[in-house]
Amino acid sequence: MKPAPFEYFVPTSVEEAVELLARHGDDAKVLAGGQSLVPMMNFRLAQPAVLIDINRIVELGYIREGDSSIAIGAMTRQRVVETSPMVRDKCAILSEALANVGHQAIRNRGTMGGTLAHGDPAAEVATVLLTLGGSVTVAGPQGKRELSPEELLAGPYAAGISSDELIVEINFPILAANETHGFLEMSRRHGDFALAGVAAVLRMGEGNICERARVALCGVAPTPVRATEVENQLTGKRLDASTIQAAAELASRAVDCEDEYHASREYRTHLCQVYVRRTIQLALERWGNN
Amino acid sequence: MTTMPPASKQAGEKWVGRSVPRREDLRLLTGRGRFIDDFELPQLKHAAILRSPYAHAEIGEIDVHAALELPGVRGVLTGREVAAMSRPFAVGVSPAPKYYASAVERARFVGEPVAVVVADDRYIAEDALELIEVDYRPLPAVVDIEAAMAADAPQLHEECPNNIYSQREFVYGDMESAKKEADRVVTGRFLFPKYGSTPIETYGVIASYDPFADQYEIWSNYQGPMVGHALVAQALGIAENRLRWIIPTDIGGGFGIKTGLYPYIALMAMASKRCGVPVKWIEDRQEHLIASATGTDRLTEMEAYVKSDGTILALKDRAIDNTGGYIRAPEPGCAYRSIGNHTGAYQIRNLEREVLVVGTNKCLTAPNRGYTCQHLYFSLERMMDKVAAELDIDPAEIRLRNFIAADQFPYKTATGGLYDSGDYAAAFRLALQRFDYDNMRQWQKEARAEGRLIGIGLATVVEPSVTNIAYVGLAKSYLERRKEHPKSGSGEAIMVKMDPLGKVHVIAATNPQGQGHDTVISQVVADQLGILPDDVTVSNVLDTHQRLTSITSGSYSSRFSSAGTTAVVLATQRLKEKLFRIAGHLLDAHVESLQNDSHKIFVREQPQRSIEIRHVAGTAHWNQSGLPEDMDVGLYGVGFYNMPTSEPPTEFDQVNSSNTYGFIAEVLMVEIDPETGALQFLKWVSAHDAGTVINPLLFEGQLQGGVAHGIGGAIFEETAYDENGQILTGSFMDYLVPTSMEIPEVDMIHQETPSPLTALGSKGTGEASAMSAPAAIANAVADALRPLGIEVNELPLSPNRIWHWIKDAQSSPSQ
Amino acid sequence: MRPVGRKITVTVNGEQYVREVEPRLLLADFLRHGLQLFGTHVGCEHGVCGACTILFDGVAQRSCLIFAIQADGAEILTVESLAQSGKLNLLQKAFHEHHGLQCGFCTPGMLMTALELLRENPSPSDQEVRAGISGVLCRCTGYKQIVDSINAAALAIAGAEAAE
Ligand SMILES: Cc1cc2nc3c(=O)[nH]c(=O)nc-3n(C[C@H](O)[C@H](O)[C@H](O)COP(=O)(O)OP(=O)(O)OC[C@H]3O[C@@H](n4cnc5c(N)ncnc54)[C@H](O)[C@@H]3O)c2cc1C
Ligand code: FES
Ligand code: FES
Repeated sequence: MKPAPFEYFVPTSVEEAVELLARHGDDAKVLAGGQSLVPMMNFRLAQPAVLIDINRIVELGYIREGDSSIAIGAMTRQRVVETSPMVRDKCAILSEALANVGHQAIRNRGTMGGTLAHGDPAAEVATVLLTLGGSVTVAGPQGKRELSPEELLAGPYAAGISSDELIVEINFPILAANETHGFLEMSRRHGDFALAGVAAVLRMGEGNICERARVALCGVAPTPVRATEVENQLTGKRLDASTIQAAAELASRAVDCEDEYHASREYRTHLCQVYVRRTIQLALERWGNN
Repeated sequence: MTTMPPASKQAGEKWVGRSVPRREDLRLLTGRGRFIDDFELPQLKHAAILRSPYAHAEIGEIDVHAALELPGVRGVLTGREVAAMSRPFAVGVSPAPKYYASAVERARFVGEPVAVVVADDRYIAEDALELIEVDYRPLPAVVDIEAAMAADAPQLHEECPNNIYSQREFVYGDMESAKKEADRVVTGRFLFPKYGSTPIETYGVIASYDPFADQYEIWSNYQGPMVGHALVAQALGIAENRLRWIIPTDIGGGFGIKTGLYPYIALMAMASKRCGVPVKWIEDRQEHLIASATGTDRLTEMEAYVKSDGTILALKDRAIDNTGGYIRAPEPGCAYRSIGNHTGAYQIRNLEREVLVVGTNKCLTAPNRGYTCQHLYFSLERMMDKVAAELDIDPAEIRLRNFIAADQFPYKTATGGLYDSGDYAAAFRLALQRFDYDNMRQWQKEARAEGRLIGIGLATVVEPSVTNIAYVGLAKSYLERRKEHPKSGSGEAIMVKMDPLGKVHVIAATNPQGQGHDTVISQVVADQLGILPDDVTVSNVLDTHQRLTSITSGSYSSRFSSAGTTAVVLATQRLKEKLFRIAGHLLDAHVESLQNDSHKIFVREQPQRSIEIRHVAGTAHWNQSGLPEDMDVGLYGVGFYNMPTSEPPTEFDQVNSSNTYGFIAEVLMVEIDPETGALQFLKWVSAHDAGTVINPLLFEGQLQGGVAHGIGGAIFEETAYDENGQILTGSFMDYLVPTSMEIPEVDMIHQETPSPLTALGSKGTGEASAMSAPAAIANAVADALRPLGIEVNELPLSPNRIWHWIKDAQSSPSQ
Repeated sequence: MRPVGRKITVTVNGEQYVREVEPRLLLADFLRHGLQLFGTHVGCEHGVCGACTILFDGVAQRSCLIFAIQADGAEILTVESLAQSGKLNLLQKAFHEHHGLQCGFCTPGMLMTALELLRENPSPSDQEVRAGISGVLCRCTGYKQIVDSINAAALAIAGAEAAE
């Protein structure tokens, strides 16, 4: 399990990196934390001819609090975000979800841009982004552009960005005072990719009425997906056991996966329903405790 | 947790029985261990192995030209060259399918070696693998045990019709009368999965061929030499003394899996000879998971003939093992290894048994920790629960009614096992008490009424150790066996020597993989000689040219704590006899009147007439001629211990397949989330009787480790294939080794019933709950799911599987 | 554009090394075979087993998922750094006394992981210890005595700090 040879470049600015990407086209791969790419290279499932190591682009490592969102540089390590008191305070769903990403040593090196660019179907960070409705900024030969999470996840493996583009920033909306959230997942072992996971953000009004619901699932489709029918079912309802149950049952509509060794499609579909219900309940409990 | 006696001791007390921390730790904690990949040699080159991507395929032309042209490549060895340079490995079945170190004209499992590249480094060697072109012609594959025996199944080997490698039938006792006497027959069908203990250090070999001496030198993290050394020499067509094996002091875990490594020793020996350079090959994790070795999967059908009071009169069973694309020694041991303890902890005098070993397109097998005792007890202990359920007797009670009683030891089982000592009921009661069994049953009732799925699982099993190699003979009938040399034995050899200052050095070849043999040796020697463990150094590098080894040498089947320590005692006693004779001469006293303690030898009745051991040693070394001519002044002792109970099988196929027999009782409780099928442990007591405990700290370590392997096999681990023989668990992302979060706290208790067969009364304990936990967990899950009418007859108990069971039960009309 | 030379300067356990490396050389291989620091072990080469865990600029990371060339200018600590002047540190001592290791193959990764864990959380609960080491697989111990060792080390370190 040794990687195939490659040519190695280590740009120190976004500009330089974008130029290198343009020059080497499809032969090149960006190397961020390497926690997904290097295993694939060691298995020789990925054999990029050129690696563009962006670990020395210092300008890409930051967490900035804005008025309504938090801007995070693509090279910020997952663990730094997870343990940031500000993030925990303003966007707790992100910290909670991050705690489920592999193990600490993985998060110590894995980056926020990397997980989004890699686009694993079970990626927690992308799921949270989808739930919150944030955005991703990419830099390419034509300059910068902003993508919605839906655009980023247009197909498997972050199909929304092209091979000559670099993710530079991710924006996570701050949770408002009238919002509550939950993140839960089920995996075979602690730290494994989720068999199914659910992120939910609910905007609540008087009398436990859900004014707006955003719910996304991971691990059950080629990319993390919004469970729009669940959201619609919750919106405008007073949340109680039966409305939550009715909404949870619609989660299966978002499932699009095959039978796999560790979980059948049927089981995953069922897990979605259970976990949507549990996640909404958790969010509601938190709201009640406020 | 066990209470541990302090490591320091009072005068007159012994070191054996104390929690002495390990001397091995110091190098391992500081990064100074010496594992196989830490060794380098001048001119060393590196090998990578091209492996079959197909489960079953004809191999046509292999074009290696492009690979040979890559700069840094030193040579390529293909399967056809392997066939020309070696013979098939011998194995104890006939007719034996041909098994070489590499696939020759046909590959029979995914990952089977097809060619070897030798290059300047591993990176280049792997580059070259991609340049080799192989003309594969894929064939249909079979992976299922029963499908393999079907008439239309793909045939793996001409020699083995219906893919059957080994088949035998046995009858013990009087089945006819037992069947007549029985009030009922309880039946079960069980499928035990294929999994392996995946040591964190993978296989590794360094091979160096010397063309002038026509001799091979091998470094490897093999668990033997055992029979592997003879097998490789035979395959290479050389005398055993031309094949020197060295095993490094440190091995990163073995668990029986590393006994599957010897074909690679032959392969790298040939690569070294072919390329004219020393060659190193370190298996990578992917290679390990797809192609090294895992335990067998087994299909068991079992019938229990019982009386209404719960007495089990007879068992009838049929077990089919699957050793994969070939059958590799020590297989078919899987089918015969546990024959002596086949009736477990119970007085079952009648048994009818059919065993089959079949081939499929899966990777090969090795004795994985527990060596099919987990398979046996999964079916036997599930049966005990089924019998209990049918007769409406408590599962604890049914076990107590059938146990072998304390006053029946030594106890000869129907199949020829000779249980040396034990008190099963007492140990089990201890566990039940600690668990608070009766109250927990009550609580379970209440929790059930609330709709919770709570289950209590029991397993009470006999833990055999110190293999008697005789059992392999059962693969052949008595008439066939009679034509061959009889095989039996379990011997271990150790040498102890003393230097002129009275310090001791022990030369061992017990080949530990983390069990702490060196520390234990120092405890045992210190007690024997009345010195301190610190006065004893140990060298435990196995080297077939420099150590006293035999066909039984190696670390497997928990041999050390019983056979090994007895050899240490014998060796030390030889040395002590010499010391006493010299001391007697120097003190002018009769040898019989002498005693030793605290670094001295003295006259028992007149302790002031004493001499320090170092003075005796000094005399023996510095003044050899000053001592009487007929006195043996060579201050060393060699101890060889073969268990007297290691006899060949009888003409009635009875065999004492192991030598010491411990006991384990598991009592545990689980809760299942009915919505997700996820399983959680609520409580677990594990009682062990392994005779005298030599070092409680290390003992606890073995037990806790066994629990983790048992949980792995019961819930997480499986070497899984799709129907085409493609592997589904080829990385550590999919092959699920339990992490610290999946292993619960287990309350260990122990009882000591010393073995009469070993110097210290100790038995083996290295396999421990790896044998019993899968059965106990399965019983707990079955108990939890009983209200739903669900049978548990298959592992691993993944949430996916449990949920499907629950769902099917709820949607079935009977519910 | 900064053309990349293959020469790197890296500080390992306080000692500076200047070496030529091929870009694809994994840091684990560089430490072991390039610098002959065999204490760091390799068990999977895909980030799961944790045996190769080292401190890279003070943070626990997998050395099988980093290229040596990326370590240019980095400060690395491996298991060889823990014992000073022939004496085990308190963490190693606790592993020794509580039998936190058997074969010792996972141990280097376990120690480096525990070091970071105790630095961030000097008095962890059992559950926090278990979560903290969940990224390092051990096949020998069943983890129990490792958890005991880390708990004992936490107490010993607190005691030593109080005494200072
Ligand atoms: C044992 C283990 C367990 C894991 N468990 C989980 C888990 O439970 N959940 C989970 O979500 N992940 C998990 N991961 C993956 C981990 O989160 C990775 O960190 C992440 O997927 C990739 O981030 P990275 O920075 O390491 O990216 P890299 O591995 O460096 O890159 C991944 C891909 O993204 C591209 N890329 C990286 N950065 C950028 C950028 N800024 N712009 C454009 N392209 C870029 C690369 O070219 C590459 O194709 C696990 C990994 C391991 C080894
Ligand atoms: S070798 Fe790096 S994590 Fe296993
Ligand atoms: S001590 Fe052997 S793997 Fe942990």
